[in-house]
This record gives sequence, C-alpha cells and structure tokens, in this order.
Amino acid sequence: MFDKPKKSKSLTPIVISNLSILLGKTKILDKINCKINNKSIFAILGPNGAGKSMFLKSINGLIGVKPGKINFNSREINDHIRKEIALVFQKPTLLRRSVFENMQFVLEKKNQLSNLEIMKLLQRVGLGTFKDKPARLLSGGEQQRLSLARALLINPSLLLLDEPTANLDPYSLNLIEEIILDENKKGKTIILTTHDMGQAKRLANEILFFNKGKLLEQTKAINFFKKPKTKEAQSYINGKILL
Amino acid sequence: MILESFKHAFDLVLTLDKDFFEILLLSMKVSCFSLLFSCLVGLPMGTYLAIKNFWGRDTILIIFNAMMGLPPVVVGLIVYLLISRSGPFGWLGILYTPTAMIIAQMILIIPIIVSLTAQIIEEINEEYKDLFKSLVISSHKALIACLYDARYSILTVILAGFGRAISEVGAVIIVGGNIDHLTRVMTTTIALETSKGNLSLALALGIILLLIALIINLILISLKTRAKRRMYV
Repeated sequence: MFDKPKKSKSLTPIVISNLSILLGKTKILDKINCKINNKSIFAILGPNGAGKSMFLKSINGLIGVKPGKINFNSREINDHIRKEIALVFQKPTLLRRSVFENMQFVLEKKNQLSNLEIMKLLQRVGLGTFKDKPARLLSGGEQQRLSLARALLINPSLLLLDEPTANLDPYSLNLIEEIILDENKKGKTIILTTHDMGQAKRLANEILFFNKGKLLEQTKAINFFKKPKTKEAQSYINGKILL
Repeated sequence: MILESFKHAFDLVLTLDKDFFEILLLSMKVSCFSLLFSCLVGLPMGTYLAIKNFWGRDTILIIFNAMMGLPPVVVGLIVYLLISRSGPFGWLGILYTPTAMIIAQMILIIPIIVSLTAQIIEEINEEYKDLFKSLVISSHKALIACLYDARYSILTVILAGFGRAISEVGAVIIVGGNIDHLTRVMTTTIALETSKGNLSLALALGIILLLIALIINLILISLKTRAKRRMYV
C-alpha cells in the first residue's frame, strides 16, 4: 500500500485519568476518569459548553493535558500514536486548494496508488465528480464529507468526530452515518460528539455524558436512554436547560 | 502641455530612443534586483515571525512596521555615510554605483515585505494550525503549505515592494549620484529634467512610469480576481 502509518499495537484501551483542562481560571474539564476499552462507537452528549470538544481535542493531543494522563494501551501519547488518530473538526478546515489537493496534502508521498485511493474515498463520500473543484466552494455538507474522507485517508485506528453532522442535509447525514458504522465494522474506534439524540441512539454503543466540564455518566447507550443514572442526564434528554 | 508630453512619451517609445531605453533598463534592473534580494530576505523572515513565537517577536514586528514609513532621503543619507570613502564600508568602493542604489532600495523594501508577509502568514497559520497539529504535519511542511496557500496575497506584497522600488527617488539620487549612463534612472531623470525646466520630457517620463505601474497593477488585479473566484485568497 502507500504511505499509511504502520499499525503497531492497538490504541485501546484508552485510559483517561484525572484529566483536567484550565483556561485561565475557568475549568473546562474537571478530573475526568474513563476507559474506552473496545472498538465501539462512543457518543459524547452534553449541553453547549460542557467540554465535549475539548475532551476530543485533548485525546487528539491538540491540547496539553495537565494535570491528568491519557494512556493508549498503556502508552503515553506521542507523534506515532497521534498519527493513528484522526480528528474531524466541527467546522471543517480546508486548504485553499482543490478537493483532490486537499486529500493529497495528508499523504507524505504521492503516487499512482495513493491517487487511486483518494479517488475511491472521494467517490465513497459522493465527491468523485468534484475532485478539481476548489474545496472552499463546496457546500457545508460537502465540506464536511471531504473533511471525513481526508481523515479516513490516513486510515486511523481512532476516529474523533466533533459534531460531524451538525446543520447537514439528510443526504449528507445519512452518508456520514453509514460511513461511521462501516468504519466501525472495519475495526475503528469512533468517538463523536453530537446534540442529536436520534443519531446517538442509531450509532452509539456507549454514551459519555458531560456537564460543566464533568463526566457525569458513562454507560451503555440503551441504558442511558432508558434510565439515565443522573438527574442532569434525565433533564438533558427531556430537553430541559441544565443549570 | 499634457498633450505634448503624451506625444513626447510616445515618441520616446516608438523611436526607440537609445538614452531613454538605457534609463528605463537601468530603472528596471535596479528595481528588480533590489526586489529579488529583498524577497529572499523578507519572505522567510516574515514567515518565521508569523509562525514562531519567541521573546521579542512583537518588538521586531513593531520595528518593521514602523520602518515601512522610512523616509527615503534618510535611508539614502545613512547608506551614503556607510559606503562613502570615509565610512565603515568605504573600502567596498560602491558609492555612485547601481549596487549602492540596490542596497538603499532593499532597506526600503525589506520592511514592507517582512511586515506584510508576517501579517498574511499569521492569518493563514491561525486558520490552519489546529489541522496541521492534528495531522502531525512537520513544521517544514506546514510552513511551505502556508506560503503556497498565501501565494496570491504574497504576490501583492511583492508588487507593493516593486512599486516602492520603481517610484523611489530620494535614496537613489543620494547614493547613485544620478550620473548619466551609469546611475541615471527614470525617477532621478524626472527630478533632473524638472529642475532644468524641461517639464515636457519630465512629464513624458512620468507618464511612462505611470504606465509601467498600471500594467503591473492590472496583472495583479486579474490574478487576484481569478484566485478570489476560486476562493484561493
């Protein structure tokens, strides 16, 4: 194959202990402890400002973790591990280039094989005919699909998705959900944040519920929606404001 | 007189006036070389200042920003003092040569290139940095990507530098001496002809200088419009 990172040991279980993030004097994340122990789909739920995106960014290594620790199969984060993690941002960051060049950018070497792989992925996300189009001229849904295709090109073991379907049309939403399920079947661990309860029910095996920077609940999705353990989660499901 | 000047300007170009083309060629040569060397120094320096965060960075940027408004005659005077026979670099023997003119123009252009490049790259880096970090992109590759994606904006910076160089008179007249067939350029000729009362020729040269600036700006605008349409700016 082309220059996909060599897979070493599995990244799971991911053990997060005592993870805190301070922004000035504000605690964004407060002593988070959890274990992501299998190749499932985890949905992070919680109101705005609960710390969901920060949690994803800290797993990706974008934000320094202090105090606290994140271990990937007993290894601390390093560049080698980070190359096996892909993060799709809520607002896609696309280079000022064509769709194809945006895909090419993540590869270290460009060759015939990698070009074929790019085209395969673009077709998979429904952008096969847009390869020469400037990426920034794509619609919101198309940009999000391109962002996902670019993340998949590096063939990550762990896929982090920050509200991947926020404000998307039903076609893009269905396509992205199908890809998420498909990639999970192929053995990828997926952690996504969402405000869409239906999506969490459809996709997630486990739910992580955040509020005010605290992880209040980690439970099986089926149990979470049937009988959440905390009153905050119950209020959130019922669409009430959490104070 | 304006019509007469236009006629004079056309005559100069159409009759392939030898002296005129010599002046024009030297003007372009001095401006292009000073621009080239300024870009070689200014683009990496501006990019470095935009991407790296180190102690004193803001002070350096403030100094370069302030230097964008340097009075050319002051620069000319300083360069003159440095390269005149009694100056520290007098041994180089470059006073009243095109080399001295290039050096003086570089001092005027480099701050423009550094400040504007830093501004552009800083903006693009701010937009891309989380992506680069999450993809574990090397800083070398990130730097090239920023410069490549800012190429149309950088072009504007380069042309702004060229505009400063080609229109400059104060510094080059001091260090070049406006010597016929040696250091006489368009702007210094205009100054000389005006002082001699030969306003028609001065105006004709001015018109040609304006035309050069106009052509360069037209190229720039068409390139930027094309890029903007493709959302590359």
